[in-house]
Amino acid sequence: MEFHIASSTEEVCGLLAEDPTREILAGGTDFMVEVNFRHKDPSAVIAIDRVPELKQWRHDGDAVSIGSCVTYREIERGPLSTIVPALAQSARTVGSPQIRNVATIGGNLGTASPAGDMIPVLLALDAKVIIRSIDGSREVSIDELITGVKETSLADNEFIEKIRVPILRGPQEFLKVGPRNAMVISIASLAMVTDLERSAIAIALGSVTAAPSKAREAEAYIQDFLDWNVMTVESSALPNFRRLVGEASSPINDHRSSATYRKHAVGVLGQRALLRIFESRDDG
Amino acid sequence: MDKDNSSIEYSLSVNGNSHEISKSWLGESLLYVLREELGLYGSKNACEQGECGSCSVLMDGVLACSCLVLAANATGRNIETIESLSDDDSLTVVQEAFIETGAVQCGFCTPGLLVTIHDFLETNPEPNVLEIREAISGNLCRCTGYGRIVEAVQIASKQKSTGQGGDDVSS
Repeated sequence: MEFHIASSTEEVCGLLAEDPTREILAGGTDFMVEVNFRHKDPSAVIAIDRVPELKQWRHDGDAVSIGSCVTYREIERGPLSTIVPALAQSARTVGSPQIRNVATIGGNLGTASPAGDMIPVLLALDAKVIIRSIDGSREVSIDELITGVKETSLADNEFIEKIRVPILRGPQEFLKVGPRNAMVISIASLAMVTDLERSAIAIALGSVTAAPSKAREAEAYIQDFLDWNVMTVESSALPNFRRLVGEASSPINDHRSSATYRKHAVGVLGQRALLRIFESRDDG
Repeated sequence: MDKDNSSIEYSLSVNGNSHEISKSWLGESLLYVLREELGLYGSKNACEQGECGSCSVLMDGVLACSCLVLAANATGRNIETIESLSDDDSLTVVQEAFIETGAVQCGFCTPGLLVTIHDFLETNPEPNVLEIREAISGNLCRCTGYGRIVEAVQIASKQKSTGQGGDDVSS
């Protein structure tokens, strides 16, 4: 049985190269639930939550680089909350203050739950994940990293170093549905981001697909009904838009919700997000 | 869990005291060690998944669920539990306010709530009701319906801002 508290990314690389079966521990809010319920029996753990460079974020050209151990709390309350507002919105909906104080953005990606609330936001923003190992760095998109339910393309000797998130000018929304406002795992969620420079809109779905997924048909469809100069949307397009968002999902029935409800709910979230960003206009 | 003969050893700083932990299983949570090794039974064990907040402690001043902290990874950090809230038999302003409003029924959630509320009022001394509700959203209480707890936070906030310290607020 062995336990390591890493103090640098080089040390993490070395420890994983030496023995790739060593498990990475970040905030622990998923890891320890598994351990407490005896679903996981760790024999070798590397804690990375004290590595200084993983706990920092910084401007990186027209993006921000967020270390994998930056907490929800910092994203929710710190300067990042105005730089990537939808990420802050999603952070605030997760767990409780106790959870957000320690849970990390890298942990959310590494756990790769379909209900991970940062995942649709990062996908909509076309964020890139920088993965490290002793062999160097590689950069992947969110849907290249997360390949299925709790499945990632991370090799055993790799770990998530940072996430590079583009800074866009334009409104962003993250919405989710659950049985209550706090301490809730999403039944359905949706991220919508706009880029005023390119008159572009991106929509990604959470908890309604096995792997991260965009609503590409809905994105393409609604473009024809948007006026980017005055930020309006033709109201006649809303029913079709709502339907297309729902059809982009492939939800399952489980103890949290039925597939039928999830498909309906995510369409409603799409329309709600759209109307928070664009004013509805009747085209007589 | 029954493990092989190898165990890990580390030290923990709890409420200003240093403790050597040995014969420890790697997966042990901080909550388990606080209660079963150190006899600090104030932090309660209920859900073991971060849902209820009954085990709330401060780690280097940051509020966290001790059930979700790997005990070995708490080494080198300053841990404060409910037992550190007051030095002697006197009660804090928040504890007095809990008594005044009847915010305690079965009492199981109370230690976690007190740790949470003390931490919250440090950073937000004059909160509104929405801020209070969000601050205690990670602490489940199945008895009170929260009304009396929210009221207690408001009373404690007023007491603190008028600088009455630990004085009895019920008189």
